[in-house]
Amino acid sequence: MEGEGTATGRQRRATASQLDQWTVQDQVFKIYGAFASIPRSAQSVISIWTASILKVVLYERSRPWLCYWILHSIALLGESVDDELEDNAIDFLSRCQMPHLATTYAAVNSLVTLGGHKALSSINRDNLYKFLSRMKDSSGAFRMHDAGEIDVRACYTAISVASILNILDDELAKGVGNYILSCQTYEGGIAGEPGSEAHGGYTFCGLAAMVLINQANSLDLASLIDWVAFRQGVECGFQGRTNKLVDGCYSFWQGGVFALLQRLPAFGGEGFGTSDVEVEWVSDSTSEGDDEDRDSSDDNEALHPEPDQEGHQSSSHSPESSTAVHIHHSRHNQLEPLFHTMALQQYIVLCSQEQEGGFRDKPGKARDYYHTCYCLSGLSVCQYSRSKNENSPPLPTSVLGPYSNLLEPIHPLYNVVSRQYHDAREFFSKY
Amino acid sequence: MNWEEDEEKLLPSQRPEWSDVSPLPQDDGPNPVVPIAYKPEFAETMDYFRAVYRADERSPRALQLTHQAILLNPGNYTVWHFRRLILETLSKDLQQELDYVSKIAEKNSKNYQIWHHRRWLAEKLGPDAAGRELKFTEKILSGDAKNYHAWSHRQWVLQSLGGWDDELEYCHQLLEEDIFNNSAWNQRYFIITKSPLLGGLQAMRESEVKYTVAAILANPENESPWRYLRGLYKDDPKSWIHDPQVSTLCLKVLTSSGTNHVFALSTVLDLLSHGLQPSRELREAVDTLNPNSSSTKDSLGNTICSVLEHADAMRVNYWRWRKSQLIV
Repeated sequence: MEGEGTATGRQRRATASQLDQWTVQDQVFKIYGAFASIPRSAQSVISIWTASILKVVLYERSRPWLCYWILHSIALLGESVDDELEDNAIDFLSRCQMPHLATTYAAVNSLVTLGGHKALSSINRDNLYKFLSRMKDSSGAFRMHDAGEIDVRACYTAISVASILNILDDELAKGVGNYILSCQTYEGGIAGEPGSEAHGGYTFCGLAAMVLINQANSLDLASLIDWVAFRQGVECGFQGRTNKLVDGCYSFWQGGVFALLQRLPAFGGEGFGTSDVEVEWVSDSTSEGDDEDRDSSDDNEALHPEPDQEGHQSSSHSPESSTAVHIHHSRHNQLEPLFHTMALQQYIVLCSQEQEGGFRDKPGKARDYYHTCYCLSGLSVCQYSRSKNENSPPLPTSVLGPYSNLLEPIHPLYNVVSRQYHDAREFFSKY
Repeated sequence: MNWEEDEEKLLPSQRPEWSDVSPLPQDDGPNPVVPIAYKPEFAETMDYFRAVYRADERSPRALQLTHQAILLNPGNYTVWHFRRLILETLSKDLQQELDYVSKIAEKNSKNYQIWHHRRWLAEKLGPDAAGRELKFTEKILSGDAKNYHAWSHRQWVLQSLGGWDDELEYCHQLLEEDIFNNSAWNQRYFIITKSPLLGGLQAMRESEVKYTVAAILANPENESPWRYLRGLYKDDPKSWIHDPQVSTLCLKVLTSSGTNHVFALSTVLDLLSHGLQPSRELREAVDTLNPNSSSTKDSLGNTICSVLEHADAMRVNYWRWRKSQLIV
């Protein structure tokens, strides 16, 4: 069908996007095919190579981001660093005077991850508050550094740091919501700046920041969910943008979005236990019938993703409204993640994981600490996606591979390990 | 321009003009947490940089030093920041500085600092810089058609400095080359909503729908135009459900065999949630796709969700949730 000034008829020649996509697909399916053909007893490849990661990580260099990526990875694996390294890390981080929001976020998260009195008390909250105020722009958004760029990432890092340190107030929060709202695109995802393309990293940052300032409901959540749900492709992992390639790091940026959504009261979640929300993070509601354990425990299940077995009942009906899809409670759905958690775990463990330990973007790319951090974080999100709270460990059916693959749970708003988050929260509400 | 080869060979300590400066080493504390093993050139250059930065020396030699530091580590925002201060103080030619940044950008097209520096320069130069900036981003995009920084910069240029005239045509060219380029679709949306030369979304809707429908029919498995189509009716669901082109398109796609039906089904589902009264043909087309064709008493929405649970199995949980959200 032709028309004036329209795209021409059926494309005969494959485009660059298509070619790139098919190349990656081929590589990924080769890996899945090879895995399916080896005997079950040899499928130890599906384990996480903890020891290798640790060895690699401890000898490497550190700057605030590297510090965070490395320390968080170690924490996710349920390991810790020795006292000397810890002391040196704290000392280093407190010397790091980088008036830049991204590195500040990394440094704060690193110190929270290290935990303990020495690490937490090394943070000068007064100075930090002053710095955050200085980074605040008249538009309501934040600048990355003096005369630096304004974007959704800056907003998230500022709000996240303020929140975790218990210094988030109306002055810091005002106007941020409107800015982030203006960054939600026609596709449903959130962009770095108004007008730019919907992008996984910024979508996580935008949603997390909105949750932290209690304005998540101002977003068009239906459209956001639709966009992010479609970011999981046939390769099983997530892409960052429509029609782009899968990348292991989006396991967290996109996967984490679901973790946030699940906890929103609008979705039957129990909130985050932040200072803004009444509901406590640790729920003491009884763990009713485990809806989740009708999943098959067969490892091979993951390769040919089958639909989950349980049926769902729609419960409440909302009054009709003239606005878009109304999101209402559904008691039975509250814990069901809206993406395919087993498929994502499969991508992370089989395609992102390297033989020698560590994780990468995709097969063919080199491993690095950024990807190791975010692949592990995404893996944790998957494993805990059906857990009501972090006190009830996930069922084996939620974990791909041996149960020893289970990582520590994270707090999805900040991406630090839950236990450390709670310790920090306690510390910063006292002092 | 051979300045790269010639000038970088000599380090500050080897040059007489730096003999009056005491370099400042990095302070990592007594027990650095595994210090970065900097190359000697890098360490020395940064030591001297720290010295002039601390002294706030805004001189030609300091400018040259920032250049060397940038070559060694283009990601250091402090160095770029100081360079800007020097440029201002020395009233340097900013067009030449743009030449300089362009060269650095060749190997660093995903570096925040470089794009930020360009934005600063362009802002200072004003509307006259628009043409050059558009050309520059076009060059970057010709090598990487989805470079996020390039698109972001381009949008900033258009909004701050102008140059909208050929933008829609540029988008069209990119889409001709690659109809799957979502960045180009996003840019198209930006243009039709923001360009002062066009009439705005509503005025452009008719022609854009035609354009998008053609793109969809060429490749129904292409998600970009489907989302774009939905976007054309943003905040105006009534027009969306009443536009016959939309349901006709869906019907066409659903009744072609060997075609990806997922986006068509998803679109119909959304239309239904906004009040679309489905035609008999549409119902039949969906029923044909339903493996459990016995359930005719199910609502169309329910049926669609059931079909998608199988046809789009990766999103089975999502479709189940959508089903639970249906107001039957």
